Order: sequence, then C-alpha cells, then structure tokens
Amino acid sequence: MPTKIEKDSHTGTETTGHVWDGIRELNTPLPKWWLYVFLATVVWSAGYFLLYPSIPLGGHYWKGLWGYSSRGDAMAGVAAIHEQHAAAMEQIAKTPIADVEKDPKLMQTALVAGRITFANNCQPCHGQNGSGRVGYPALGDDVWLWGGKLADLETTLTHGIRSGDPDARVSQMPAFGTDGTLKPEQIQQVADYVGIWWGLTGKDVDTKAGAAIYAENCVACHGEKGEGNRDAGAPPLNSKVHLLDGTRASIVAQVTHPQMGVMPNWNTRLDPATLKSVALYVHSLGGGE
Amino acid sequence: MASTAAAADSGLPPVVYNDDVVRKFTIAAIFWAIVAFLVGVVLASELAWPQVNLGLSFINFGRLRPVHTSGAIFAFGGSALFATAFYIVQRTCHVRLFGGRALADFIFWGYQFFIVMAALSYVLGFSQGQEYAEPEWHLDLFLTVIWVCFAIVFIGTVMMRTEPHIYVANWFYMAFILTVAVLHIGNNIALPVNIYTAKSYNIFSGTQNALVQWWYGHNAVGFFLTAGFLGMMYYFIPKAAGRPVYSYRLSIVHFWSLIFMYIWAGPHHLHWTALPDWAQTLGMAFSIMLWMPSWGGMINGLMTLSGAWDKLRTDPGLRFSVTAVGFYGMSTFEGPVMSIRSVNALSHYTDWGIGHVHSGSLGWVAFISFGAIYYLVPSLWNRSGLYSKKLAAWHYWIATFGIVLYISSMWVAGIMEGLMWRAYDSQGFLQYSFLESVVAVHPFYVIRLLGGLCFLSGALIMVYNLIMTVRSQRTNPGIEPFSGAMPVAAE
Repeated sequence: MPTKIEKDSHTGTETTGHVWDGIRELNTPLPKWWLYVFLATVVWSAGYFLLYPSIPLGGHYWKGLWGYSSRGDAMAGVAAIHEQHAAAMEQIAKTPIADVEKDPKLMQTALVAGRITFANNCQPCHGQNGSGRVGYPALGDDVWLWGGKLADLETTLTHGIRSGDPDARVSQMPAFGTDGTLKPEQIQQVADYVGIWWGLTGKDVDTKAGAAIYAENCVACHGEKGEGNRDAGAPPLNSKVHLLDGTRASIVAQVTHPQMGVMPNWNTRLDPATLKSVALYVHSLGGGE
Repeated sequence: MASTAAAADSGLPPVVYNDDVVRKFTIAAIFWAIVAFLVGVVLASELAWPQVNLGLSFINFGRLRPVHTSGAIFAFGGSALFATAFYIVQRTCHVRLFGGRALADFIFWGYQFFIVMAALSYVLGFSQGQEYAEPEWHLDLFLTVIWVCFAIVFIGTVMMRTEPHIYVANWFYMAFILTVAVLHIGNNIALPVNIYTAKSYNIFSGTQNALVQWWYGHNAVGFFLTAGFLGMMYYFIPKAAGRPVYSYRLSIVHFWSLIFMYIWAGPHHLHWTALPDWAQTLGMAFSIMLWMPSWGGMINGLMTLSGAWDKLRTDPGLRFSVTAVGFYGMSTFEGPVMSIRSVNALSHYTDWGIGHVHSGSLGWVAFISFGAIYYLVPSLWNRSGLYSKKLAAWHYWIATFGIVLYISSMWVAGIMEGLMWRAYDSQGFLQYSFLESVVAVHPFYVIRLLGGLCFLSGALIMVYNLIMTVRSQRTNPGIEPFSGAMPVAAE
C-alpha cells in the first residue's frame, strides 16, 4: 500500500509511512545515550584489543602491550598460595612421619593439609571423616585391613591396594563358588558359620558343617577366630565393622565370587609431604595405632 | 491516526491465511511447555535429593537434563517460534503461507517427530555429548531437512508479499532461521562409526571442538532464543498495545549490530581454558559490545508502550510480554558482566550460570511466549477474549514469584560456590572441600525447586484457561474458525 507519513498524536513524532497488519513505526531518532554507550563499548574494546592478546596473525597473535597471559596469571596465583606453606611442607617431607607427630607446629600444618586433601580426594569413597561405606573401609575405628600404624597408612596411601603400583598391597580371595571349590549348599553352611559373628545366625542353627568348611578353606587367611591377617590382607570377620552390607546374602555372594576393592596409588598425584599429611590426618580420626 | 494503528485498516483485499499450522504449533508449544517445566522440576528435585532418580538409568540426571534443555528450547521455544513465525509472516506480508498446506503440515509433524525421537534417544543413553546439540547424526540430518523446508516456506512467503516493505519481525525471524541452519550444520559435522550405528565422532577435536561447540551454543542463545523471540516481540507488543513501534531507526541499527556482534561472543564460555588468550579476548570484548545492541530491542519494546501503559492493567498477555522485555534487559546486561574474564573466574561452573540462563529462559523466552499465546489462542479460535483474565493474572503472579525464587536462590548459591572454591586459609590451603560447597548449596536447591514448582503451577493454570477459552462461545458463529478468517484486531 502507498506510503503515507502521519503524525502520532501522543508523541508528536512522524511515522515512516509503512503499515503492516495495522502496525506502524515511528521515525524516532536513535536515543542519544544508547548511541554514546554503544560507541563507548566499541572504543573500550579497541583499547582492550591493544593492551591484551587479541588479533590472530597467521601462526602468531598480537600479544598486547601489557603482555598478559591468562595462564601466567593463574599460575602466578597458584605459586603465591603455594609459597605460604612451601617451607613447612618441605620440612614435613624431610622429617620421618613419627617425628612430624611430635612437632606441634609441623603437625598442625600436616593436619590442615591432610584434612583438605582427604576431603577432596578420599571422602568420595571413604565418607566424611572416614566413616566408610559398603565396599570402602571405615577409617575412624580400630579395625584395619592392612594396619593402622602411621607407617602402614603411609604405605597404603602411597602405593595403593591392587593399584598396579609395583609396591601395591595385593591380596586375593579365591572365588569358591565360581571355580567350583565349594558347592552352593556348602557356601550357605559357611555363611551360617560366619553369620554367628555378625549376629545373623540363630542359636538353633546347626553350624557344625559350616565350621568344618571354614576350618578347611578360610582359616589359613582369616584365622581361627576370624581375627583376619594383616600380612595376607585378609579382613577380620569377627567384627561387625566390615566391608559388606551386613546381610547373609552379602556373605554368600562374597564367598561365591568375591569383590575386591582397588585403592589408587596416590604417589602419582600427591607429593610425599602431602601423603604424609593425609596419613597423619587419617591416623588422627580415632583408629590410629 | 497512529494511535489507532491496531485497526485493520489496510486497503488490500482479504487473504485466507493458513492458520491451521499455526494452531497445531500453538498446541504443541503449550504441550511441550508443560513437559519441559515438569522435567525441570524433577531434575531440580534430583539435584536436591539424588535418590529421587530411584536408581533408574532412564531418569538419572545425566540423561534427563538434555530432555529438559531440548524440551524447553527446541520443543517449547521452537514450537512457539514456528507458530508465531507462520502467524506473523502471513499477516505482515499480507499473503497466504508459501508452499501449500502439505509442506506446512510436513514441517509440523516432522519437527514433532524429531523432538520425540531426540527425547527418546537421550533417555536411552544416546548423546553426542555436545550441549544443546545432543542428538546423534541421523536425527541431525533429519532436522536439517525440516529446517530447510521451514526456510523455504518462510522466505518464500516473504518473497510473495504484497506489502512493499519487510516488517522488522520478519528480519529477525529470517536471521534466526538462516543462522540456526548454519550453526546446526557447523557444529554437527560428524563421522558415524558406521552407517548402522547411532554413534558418531565430531570432525573437530579438543579445543577446536570446544570452540565450535560454544560458537554454536552461544549463538543458539543469540539467534534461537534472542533473535527469534525479538521477532515475536516486534509483532505482539505493538499489536496488543495498539501503538506504533517506537523507533524504526533503532530497529535497523540494533538488528544489524546485534547479529554482527553475537556471532563472535561464543569464546567467553571458554575463559581460563586451553583456548588461546586472543580468542578469549575476542569473545569477551564482543560480549561487552553486545550490550547496547541487545538493549536496543528492550528500548523498542518498552517505549512502544508509551501512551498505552494503562493496558497493562487490563491485558494480562501484554503484561507477560512487557515483563519479558524487562527480564530480557536484565539478562542481556548480566551476560556481558559475566563474560568479563575476572568476573567469569568467579561465576564460571557455578549455579550463577544456571540462574542467568533461567532469568533469560523463564523471564524472557517463556514470558514473551505466554504473552503471544494469550493473544494467539482467542485470535486463532475466533473467541472474543480469554476465558478468565483473573486466572491469567494468577498465572502471571505465580510465575513471576517462581522466577524470583529461582534466580535469587541461584545467585546466592552460585556466588557462594565461587567464593568457597577460591577460599584459602592463612597457610595457603583450600578452606573448603568441593563436597562442603555441595552441602552448603542444598537449601538453595530446595528454594529453586519451589521456584520451579511455582512456574509449573502457573503454566497449568494457563492450560486450563486456554482450554476453557477454546470451549467458550465463538465470537462470529458465521465464520468457520478453521477457514483462516481476517485477523482479529487487538482489544
């Protein structure tokens, strides 16, 4: 339809004369503040390009008058933070772990470093304050699979368990069910016997057959009274603190086709001073020997 | 005079519009809105209480999240864009939709099929692992066909127009259609493992892949969620307000500056990463320069109301549209601020980002769509108005309250996370573990869930209101509602 410029009665501004489905447009000029702020951001950006790395130039780029690098910036921050505890951590690295414990100042640093390292690296499996969960041992009690002395903890942390590290702690429980050593009913009987320690087996259950199977197959590693063997990495069975969920079915499953956990060797990720700190922190959780 | 612009005063002969496809897409938009909001509420619950996923792989967070994001952006937002694009382009070009009814129906059913297949593929565990571009290659190819048909129909209609000029809303829709096509293809160039498997590998790897992904991701925001919905704004606000658009010149300058600036801003998603510093700088500076071009749309939307502000009291749809423009202005200021390197060091990877996205998606995208839907349904079904303005007002206030709960809780949670992650003690050790920050944000996750529930409840009120509107007495019993009669003038 033909262009017909009109004057809007409310604003006094003229329209452009176009109409679409009844919609008109006013010929209002650009708001001044809008235009000036827009131009200011363009000028600011040009200045920013000049000062900071900005324009790609083939295989190179314009480095900026200030020579800024975001990686350099971030690394400088990391270095400054690291500097605050570098001397103390170096001292911890040089000091035997038992002596760190005797030095209150070093010990204070170690516990702070140990707590945060534990919380960010170990807690996802071992729980808050080492409370443990099914398949992952609790660390705040006196039941230990591989020993609860400072040196034991440092070794476990450093080399891990079944981790592939040459000095890793390794043990293997046979798959009594899947390899056919025990028949399913024999596994049920031995589960009855182990269940006594866990309060799962009633007094009226006959556990003689289970005891005999235990004596023949399990006693070598787990001990006569189910006390376990730290050298063999055999968990104690006579404690209600254990790796399974506490049901009879979990015992049957473990004997039939055992699950054996893996702990990483933290020597690839944490430095010796930090490893010591974590060992000292775990030791302080309540179960340290 | 211009103040009576809403009157159907063209001297052109009447045209029978294809409103059938508009009605279909409007119903789809309303349906997918409820689905997307509901899945969002489930996800918010899973974040507050992970056991809500019941241990089922199909509804765990990782698989359900893309159902929510794609559901909100592509299913709800996309259907609303198709509906309004087809409605507006016919009316402002004064010509029936190009390509015939069959092509329009093919676009509708094809797009809906794509949405359903994409959602099914997510819950079954298929994903390209690229945010907002999760569908695998075969679905991407199918979507490309649909999108090309969309472009043909839309551009064809513009070319057939009987009006001498192209209305600003149509510029924005065309920028949206063309750029999304380029983005979709560019980010989905992938080689399938073989022709019989869904799995594919993107042609780009490492940092290049990340850069292309965020070129796509940020411009999905820029061209899908901004340009497209600005098109919606440029029609429904002047229509409902009965006022001329504030400034033609501003619409030209902000259109071209917006589409020129947006396309460079993507690298601000990759600050402090392996992306070269010069690319990060470009992303940041273009985001800053994007501030005023974005606000140009807000000024044109709000200033068009001048002389008609009283209509906010009586027109609940217009109230949604105008509030949407307010949220649009807020998000497009917050975005440039967050793109600044040092601010980003605090905000990135925190819930601040989630809050920012939702002030844009709930406040702008959903509200501008609600405004359009409240206008469209009475118009498309030939009813004199909504069944209940009171219910629409309830929807407005419940949804607004929900947004406020959502974004304020995510601001607090996000800034708290950012501060906790960078807090060091006097010896230079981290003060808090990551887990402690997770525990600390839990109350805010619960508040966010309440915000989401409010937003969903408001939308359910809208659905009831719209169903009752369609079931109410037709305005002109003589006119067959499906014949595509002359457009109904705004109130």
